[in-house]
Amino acid sequence: MTLPYDPHPTDTTPEPTPAKAAAPARAGLAAPVTKRDAGSGRVPGRSPQGAEHSAASPSDAPSRSASEETPRRPPEPGTPRKARPREPRRREPRRRKALLLTAALVAALVVLALVSAGIGAYRIPLGDVLASVQHRAGLGGAPLDRVGESVLWNVRLPRVVLALLVGASLGCAGALMQGVFGNPLAEPGVIGISAGAAVGAVAAISLGLSFFGNWTITVCAFVAGLITVSAVYLLSRNGGRTEVVTLILTGIAVNAFAGALIGLFVFFADSGQVNQITFWQLGSLAQATWPKVLAVLPCAFAGLIVAPFYARRLDLLALGERPARHLGIDVERLRLALVLVVALLTAAAVAGVITFIGLLVPHLLRMANGPGHRFLVPGSALAGAVVLVAGDLAARTIAQPAELPLGVLTALIGSPFFFWLLRRTRRKQGGWA
Amino acid sequence: MTSRLTGLLTRNKRTVPARPAPGAALAEVTGLHVRLGQREVLAGIDLTARAGEVLALVGPNGAGKSTLLAALAADLPAASGEIRVDGRPVGDWSAADLALRRSVLPQSAVLSFPFPVEDVVRMGRAPWAGTPFAESDEEAVAAAMAATEVTDFAERPFSALSGGERARVALARVLAQRAPLLLLDEPTAALDLRHQELVLRICRERAAAGDAVVVVLHDLGLAAAYADRAAVLHDGRMAADGPPSEVFEDALLSRVYRQPVEVFAHPRSGAPLVVPVRGTAPLAESSPPRAKPGLTSA
Repeated sequence: MTLPYDPHPTDTTPEPTPAKAAAPARAGLAAPVTKRDAGSGRVPGRSPQGAEHSAASPSDAPSRSASEETPRRPPEPGTPRKARPREPRRREPRRRKALLLTAALVAALVVLALVSAGIGAYRIPLGDVLASVQHRAGLGGAPLDRVGESVLWNVRLPRVVLALLVGASLGCAGALMQGVFGNPLAEPGVIGISAGAAVGAVAAISLGLSFFGNWTITVCAFVAGLITVSAVYLLSRNGGRTEVVTLILTGIAVNAFAGALIGLFVFFADSGQVNQITFWQLGSLAQATWPKVLAVLPCAFAGLIVAPFYARRLDLLALGERPARHLGIDVERLRLALVLVVALLTAAAVAGVITFIGLLVPHLLRMANGPGHRFLVPGSALAGAVVLVAGDLAARTIAQPAELPLGVLTALIGSPFFFWLLRRTRRKQGGWA
Repeated sequence: MTSRLTGLLTRNKRTVPARPAPGAALAEVTGLHVRLGQREVLAGIDLTARAGEVLALVGPNGAGKSTLLAALAADLPAASGEIRVDGRPVGDWSAADLALRRSVLPQSAVLSFPFPVEDVVRMGRAPWAGTPFAESDEEAVAAAMAATEVTDFAERPFSALSGGERARVALARVLAQRAPLLLLDEPTAALDLRHQELVLRICRERAAAGDAVVVVLHDLGLAAAYADRAAVLHDGRMAADGPPSEVFEDALLSRVYRQPVEVFAHPRSGAPLVVPVRGTAPLAESSPPRAKPGLTSA
C-alpha cells in the first residue's frame, strides 16, 4: 500500500532544544525532589486520592519535571529525539495482568458453577455432577439416578445459568453506564433503570399480557427499561457531563415513580400474580427454569456480544463529549447505541431487582486493572457472573433450609460499598455543591 | 484485532488528507455569525488559518475568541456565513474525517476516569486507527510526551496531576493526533513561565513543519513574540487582523481592552512589548525610590 503522505514526518517533531540546554544548571539542585517523586509515582495501585498531594504544590511540579529530564537524557545536539529507544514498560505487564485476571475469573466461574450445581438440599458430589454433564454432552461419563438427574438438570443448572446470565448482564451494563454517563456512580439499580424495567415486567404479569409468549415479560422489561434509560439520560445530563447530585436525585425520582407504578399494578393484581410480582421485586432466582433462561438469553447475548465493540470509543468518551468528537467519534450515534445496549442488558437482568452488582463489579476491576474499557467491559460481564453465581449460592445455603432473596443479599453487601464510594467521590471533589 | 475490526466497520469512508501546501487555507470562515441563546456572540467574522502560520486570537474576556475557535472546530453551527475546513464546509465532513484534519485543545482538561497519562496521550491517536499511519502511534505518543515534558509521569493517573501538568498532558494528546490544523484554546493559561514559552515554541515548530496553528492567548507579549498573525476580537467583531507588530498599537489595544496600554519595542530584540499603563507616576512622586520593590528588572 502506498502512503499518500506522512502527515508529519518524524524529523519535524517539536524539539525544544534551548529549554533542555538551560536545564542542566538546575539539575543538581532539584535532584532530591526528583528522587522522592519518581519513587512515589511508581507505587502500584496508588489511589487517585494521591492527587491532593501533588495538586497542592503545582508550583514546584513543572520545574521538577523539567530538571528530572536532564540527568536521564543529556542533551545531544544533532541526535533526533525519536532515536531514543522507548521501552514499552507498562503496556506489557498491563496486558499480562488483564489476561491473568481473565483466566482467574473464568476458573472461578467454572468452579463456582460446578460447586453450586452440587450443593443444596439434595447433595450431588462434584464428580457426579461432572460425570452427568459429560454424559449429556456425549463425552462418556454416566447419568445420575432419576432424582439426581432431575434435580441437577431441571432445578440446579437452569438456576446457575440464569445467575450467570443475569450477573454478566448487570456487570456489563454497569460498566457501560458508568462510561456513558462519565460518572462512576451510574448503575442500573441506583439510577432507577432496574426499577423502570421492573415496571414493564410487573405490568406484563399484572395485566396478563402474553403477546410474545414466553418472551412477553422480557420484551416489556426491555421497552420500559429503554424508556427509563432515555429519560434518565435526558434529565440528568448537562453540558456533556452528569454531575453526581443530578444523577442521584434523578435516580430517586425515577425510583419513586417506578415504585408507585409497581404499587399500582400490585393493587390491581390477583394473589397469584402478586406472588409472581414479589418474586421480581425481591430479586430471586428461585423459580428459574429452562424456559426462563431462554427468555432472557437473546437479550443478554445480544448485549454482551455487542458491548465490547464500544470499549475503545468509551475510553475516548472519558475525555468529554466535545473532545471525543474531535477525535472522530460520532457521539450522538455512540450514545444512542449504548443506551440501547444498556436497555437490552437491563431487560435481561430483570430476574427481579438485583442492585449494586453493576456498581461494585466495575469498580473492583478498575482498581485491579485501571479504567481502560477494553478489559473493563468484558471483564465486568465475567466478574458479574462470578459474583452473582456466588451470591445465589450464598442466598440458597446461608439460612438453609430457608432461602434469602438474592436482591436483599446483594443490597446488604452493596449499600455499604455505595456509601463508601459516595464518601470517596465527595472527598475528591471537595463537596457536592 | 477487535479495534481494527470496529475501525473497519465504522470508518471505512474516510479519506486521508493530502499534505497541505505552504500557505494553503486549512480553515476559513467568511461572514460568520454565531448565536448562543439570544446573544449574537460572533457578528460577521472573516478569518483564514493558513498552513505554516501561527495565528493568535486575542481580545478581552467575552470577545468571542473561544466561540470562534469552537466554530472552527465544528463544535458550534454558524447562524449565517460559512466555515470551511480543508476546502469543504464543515458540515460535509464526518466526525472521523474531521479528526484527521484538525485537533482541538479545550480550555480545561477533564477526565471521567483516572487513566494513566500515557493512555490519555495515546487517545490522540484514535483517529488514525485502521489507517496505515496507525503504525507510527507509539512514535507519535513518545514524541508528543517528550515535547511537552510529560514523559516522566507517563504512568501516573491523570487525576493525580496538578493543573499545569494536566494542561501539558492535554496538549500532548493534541500533538499526538498530528492533524494539519491545530486549534488551541488558551494552552498557556495554567502554565508557568517556562512552560508557556515551551508551548508557544512547539506552536512555532508545528507551523515550521507546515501545519496551521490557531491559538487563543491572553498574554499579548506571547502573541507578539510567537505569532505570525494576530486577530484582535472585540465584541464579536474583528477589530484588527495582521502581523503583531502592525496590529498591536496603543490606541487599538487601549480601546479594545478598556485599559490604557503602552506598546514599545524591546530594547534588544525589537519585539513589541505590551504593558498596561499603571498609576506609577503619582506614586513615584510621593514615595522614596527605595519603596518600589518588584520594579527593578533583572
